Amino acid sequence: MMDEIRLIEVKEDILSDNKGLADRLRADLKKSRTFLMNLMSSPGAGKTTFILATLAALKSTLRIGVIEADIDSMVDAERVARAGVTAIQLRTGGFCHLDAAMVAKGLEALDLSLLDLVIIENVGNLVCPAEFDTGAVKNVMILSVPEGDDKPLKYPLMFSVCDVLIVNKIDYLPLSDFDLAAMRERVLKLNPGIKIFEVSAKNGTGIEAWTSWLVQEASAFIDR
Amino acid sequence: MHELPVTESILQIVLKHATANQVRTVVSISLRVGEMSDLEDEWIQRYFDYLSKGTVAEGAKLKIERVPVTIQCAGCQAAYSVNIRMDKDPKCPQCGATGGKLLAGREYYIKDMEVR
Repeated sequence: MMDEIRLIEVKEDILSDNKGLADRLRADLKKSRTFLMNLMSSPGAGKTTFILATLAALKSTLRIGVIEADIDSMVDAERVARAGVTAIQLRTGGFCHLDAAMVAKGLEALDLSLLDLVIIENVGNLVCPAEFDTGAVKNVMILSVPEGDDKPLKYPLMFSVCDVLIVNKIDYLPLSDFDLAAMRERVLKLNPGIKIFEVSAKNGTGIEAWTSWLVQEASAFIDR
Repeated sequence: MHELPVTESILQIVLKHATANQVRTVVSISLRVGEMSDLEDEWIQRYFDYLSKGTVAEGAKLKIERVPVTIQCAGCQAAYSVNIRMDKDPKCPQCGATGGKLLAGREYYIKDMEVR
């Protein structure tokens, strides 16, 4: 009788701890009146340059902090800090994504009472970051023109979970066979509610349209 | 790609239930994983074998049931399943419209476990 097999009902969601912590972070951010935005893309899509262009446009409008995540380096945080903005570097030590617990550590290192907006630069990866709620109010992703218009077919989850798609390096469009209309159609099929902005973080094209959307969303959340 | 943190969560939940139920050995664990996730069954089992060494869950077999991606049509509201890996351009079988709301396919769920 001792060796009889019993069945135990578990009925637990594996990611529920992370989701619960992410929900608590959002509630805390609402109280401290800080808008948290999670920026995701593949490596080299231009996340850091895009953040710098956003900071330059909004410096006198919003008080901004940045959380940089990298597997093992400080270069992005150093670039942002040189622009005169508070930047926290999280080293994920081999982890391919940020989760809510890691973001909570980054937020603890910032004085949220002095910040209206915190931008998370997630690890460069179109797969894993899509699965983990970071506590952000909005998820934004970048697809850059040199990556190709087929990415929504290859990474459907990432395109499904984002509120905004930034099509970066739009200045490369004339040099490439990137089909903007086909890409749009593929993305809207996966996510009909997504907002799409075409930008060049390098020459400033489209940055104004993007930042006015961001200011509007952040102001609504922090109730200014 | 992120099997390791997911597997750690599975082990933590399993050990919590094992302690609460005075379990000596966990024989198997039944999971439901959505097709939208890119987790590979083989790697989850390998990580689990590694992480569970020396615990009551050592040697447990993971039984993974895949949950198909289900979409609620944006046009006619009908729900339909798609094979997301094969069908890159899913259309509603009722009205032919594309796009809609994801109803299922993102699950990471532990159903039950067999124990001694």
